[in-house]
Amino acid sequence: MSTRERLTPEPPSWLGIPPFPEAAKAELGKAQQRKNLRHATATIRTKRAIRAAEVDNWEELRTAAAQIKDRVGRHLDHYLVQAEKAMTEAGITVHWARDGDEANRIVGEIAKAKGVDEVVKIKSMVTQETDLNEHLEEIGIAAWETDLAELIVQLGHDLPSHILVPAIHRNRSEEREIFTTEMGRYGTPAPEGLSDEPAELAAAARTHLREKFLRAKMAISGGNFIVAETGTLVIVESEGNGRMCLTLPETLVSVVGIEKILPTVEDLEVFLKLLPRSSTGERMNPYNSFWTGVTPGDGPQDLHVVLLDNGRTNVLADPEGRATLRCIRCSACLNICPVYERVGGHAYGSPYPGPIGAILGPQLRGLDEARDRALPYASTLCGACNEVCPVKIPFTDILVHLRHKVAEYKTSKHPTVEQGLMKGAGWVMSDGRHLALAQRASRTAGLLVKGRWLGPMPIPLAGRWLQARDVEAPPTETFRQWWKKNRGDK
Amino acid sequence: MKPSIPIATVKLLERLGCTVSYPEKQTCCGQIMTNTGYYKEALPTVRNYVDSFEDYDYIVGPSGSCVGSVREQHAMLAHRAGDGGLEEAATAVAGRTYELTEFLVDVLGVTDVGAYFPHRVTYHPTCHSMRITKVGDRPLQLLRAVRGIDLVELPMADQCCGFGGTFSVKNPDVSIAMASDKARHVRSTDAEYLVAGDQACLMNIGGILHRQRSGIHTIHIAEILASTEKEVSVA
Amino acid sequence: MSAREEVLRRIRRATKDVTEPDPALDVPVDWTYGRALDTPDVLADFVEKVEDYKATVVRVDEAGVGQAIVDALAELGAMSTVLPDGLPSQWDETVVDSGIAVHRDHPELSRAELNVIDAVVTTAAVGMADSGTIALDHGEGQGRRALTLLPDRHICVVRSDQVVSDVPEGIARLAPGIRSRRPVTWVSGGSATSDIELIRVEGVHGPRRLWVILVD
Repeated sequence: MSTRERLTPEPPSWLGIPPFPEAAKAELGKAQQRKNLRHATATIRTKRAIRAAEVDNWEELRTAAAQIKDRVGRHLDHYLVQAEKAMTEAGITVHWARDGDEANRIVGEIAKAKGVDEVVKIKSMVTQETDLNEHLEEIGIAAWETDLAELIVQLGHDLPSHILVPAIHRNRSEEREIFTTEMGRYGTPAPEGLSDEPAELAAAARTHLREKFLRAKMAISGGNFIVAETGTLVIVESEGNGRMCLTLPETLVSVVGIEKILPTVEDLEVFLKLLPRSSTGERMNPYNSFWTGVTPGDGPQDLHVVLLDNGRTNVLADPEGRATLRCIRCSACLNICPVYERVGGHAYGSPYPGPIGAILGPQLRGLDEARDRALPYASTLCGACNEVCPVKIPFTDILVHLRHKVAEYKTSKHPTVEQGLMKGAGWVMSDGRHLALAQRASRTAGLLVKGRWLGPMPIPLAGRWLQARDVEAPPTETFRQWWKKNRGDK
Repeated sequence: MKPSIPIATVKLLERLGCTVSYPEKQTCCGQIMTNTGYYKEALPTVRNYVDSFEDYDYIVGPSGSCVGSVREQHAMLAHRAGDGGLEEAATAVAGRTYELTEFLVDVLGVTDVGAYFPHRVTYHPTCHSMRITKVGDRPLQLLRAVRGIDLVELPMADQCCGFGGTFSVKNPDVSIAMASDKARHVRSTDAEYLVAGDQACLMNIGGILHRQRSGIHTIHIAEILASTEKEVSVA
Repeated sequence: MSAREEVLRRIRRATKDVTEPDPALDVPVDWTYGRALDTPDVLADFVEKVEDYKATVVRVDEAGVGQAIVDALAELGAMSTVLPDGLPSQWDETVVDSGIAVHRDHPELSRAELNVIDAVVTTAAVGMADSGTIALDHGEGQGRRALTLLPDRHICVVRSDQVVSDVPEGIARLAPGIRSRRPVTWVSGGSATSDIELIRVEGVHGPRRLWVILVD
């Protein structure tokens, strides 16, 4: 099979990406990407702020959303069984998948049974998570991404770097280049003389994909919400590629994480106010589709839903990390994150970047891999994400909690240098007398250096710090000594 | 901590009529250990904090970050350790712990502290002051009342400087990228001084500003507020 | 053990700390559903918000709808249109009389046929002012979903009594239809993308032009 020519552009593998600090260093070196990211994140977070400020009861909405999601998480078995029943009664075939491989296998088998050799896809985080496209490629089925940014990523032999705007790291001239060289290899080529005007690029994508939509027999989607009460699926999108996939082919398979449930139809009002404003910074995104099973004479007549765990129950099992499952994938935390803004998404080593990736990834996958142990530290704990999150995920609390789990994981194997330092610091800080002792040593250093500022020095751990920054020499008199001398009688 | 900051804090509080004590047993909030994930190692600092300050009406710290850690993390650490007594005591002491500008504005009820500082100054609202301790615009209220000051707005002020405790060691390249951007914004203001309520952030940004020979000094807000016509507390 | 049983077992193990069996008692939700916004002029707000998406809005009285549709088709340069079943006969006749090529969806038009028809004219189910959203429940006069997707211009007639202040009221009006398993489509402006440098570009796959006729 490896000798067979590929049906779709070959993407790089996430597995080739080193742990965050090293990957981030490489990403920081990409000047054009940094410019693209700075511009794009600044634009979108400004829009979000304006749209959130328009809503008088924004905080009330956030609280309600968090509560609804917590209710679902704490009673997930109840709601899933209810949703399964409602969907089945409405004519949907419901499948369950323990992990990504199982979900991919289910989708592949449906496609094989339908006899299709290609499928059209709506942008879906969950199928990125399971690497569904590569599984389909291996069994001889071409999966075409139809979201504009996903198309740019797919044709560019690239990886997504953002939840909402996966090609955020690219600018228009790079995108023009990708369309011009790649479109013709996989279908309708880009028009002659294509410019880098966004409207022209979007029109080229329309033409390239229209042919695929018109002939597609099967589509694959994710799902933003499943209403447990009615079995209604909801997808929120902008371009209409989603509507094409959800409406035109005969067969539609939706792969949905088990946490995507909402109890009732009415709960949608909370999330449909929060999501677009948080996500694209619009009052409402152009299109929302709601479907409740099969409608005779309208849309796909063969509907499947695959309910996927793939580590979500690990997240649920930790009461301190559980709030992570509230996430509705709006990406507001990415756009506000100063680390994400500089590094972009690839350094996080999975389709989930930014603050949500830093807390979700290690919980979904566990801490056995070095990259997952590095992710909780990929944050300054500045807390900007806490404030924009529409479902009030306490990111910084969860980051610290996961750091604790990493520290426990590492020290359970064998004592570490870091642990030694922390133990030492813990001893010094356990009593003022210890601290005074330590300060005496630093004061001696201060007296030795004499100069006011220190430049580059090969000091362990601080070496890289000092490559870029000067530091003031330690004081020659500590506050403790000053106090004794000047206020000591008190 | 750079001694000039607590010295300025003491002088300022005394000038405003407070009786200031310094329990010598005190050390640190332990945040560096907590935020690196070492809860057990941080616990002795919680115990020591409670022992040091239990008997005081008001505990004042010139750091939004340290005060935030005391208020948001100490009880959690005690709870995790299963020490109900310490948890209760830590909650009580944390409830009496104030960041300096909160104490001045909310408890003492002053915004004009009689300070004099005839310089061009820009203010960086550090992340933990702003988002954890939530000092709001209290520092700006106090700075605006300083005589002689020329307070200029810092572009993208609410963005993190990249310090983040051990973040700056574990992710040094990202940290430097962030600190460099912050330094660029500071330089664009043509200020003589960058002021903030957290020394760690000032050390981070100041390190870059000094390496760049920008001529811009960093200063803690306590140092500006302690300065008068008679006594300029700038080192 | 089946995947279903396995996943449900994992969930029950993961939530064994939850002792209250009633979800509503376990986590109360502080929210009053279906509330209206205190908007002084809901119709004006609707017009403003829809226009903000670069869609066109015209306001006419009941008698003027047919002509307004014909004018819209001409303005949008449409040479052909599909008319779904259930449009008021007066509108239908006015369009037919205008001489434009009119298609009907019976027998069902193929995707390829729909793809080359210039426009579609429909009614709507609900308008939501605050977000400038029109909801279709694909009932009488709205056609099946593909009809409002493949033609490049969508002319949508919304009655003023269908316009509510905001999303919660809109959901309340749509809920009975959703509960009886009607598909629902929300349209807020024309198709758009912000995937290129976060710049909003009108027009990718759905109808690139949305023209709203609001009947006072």
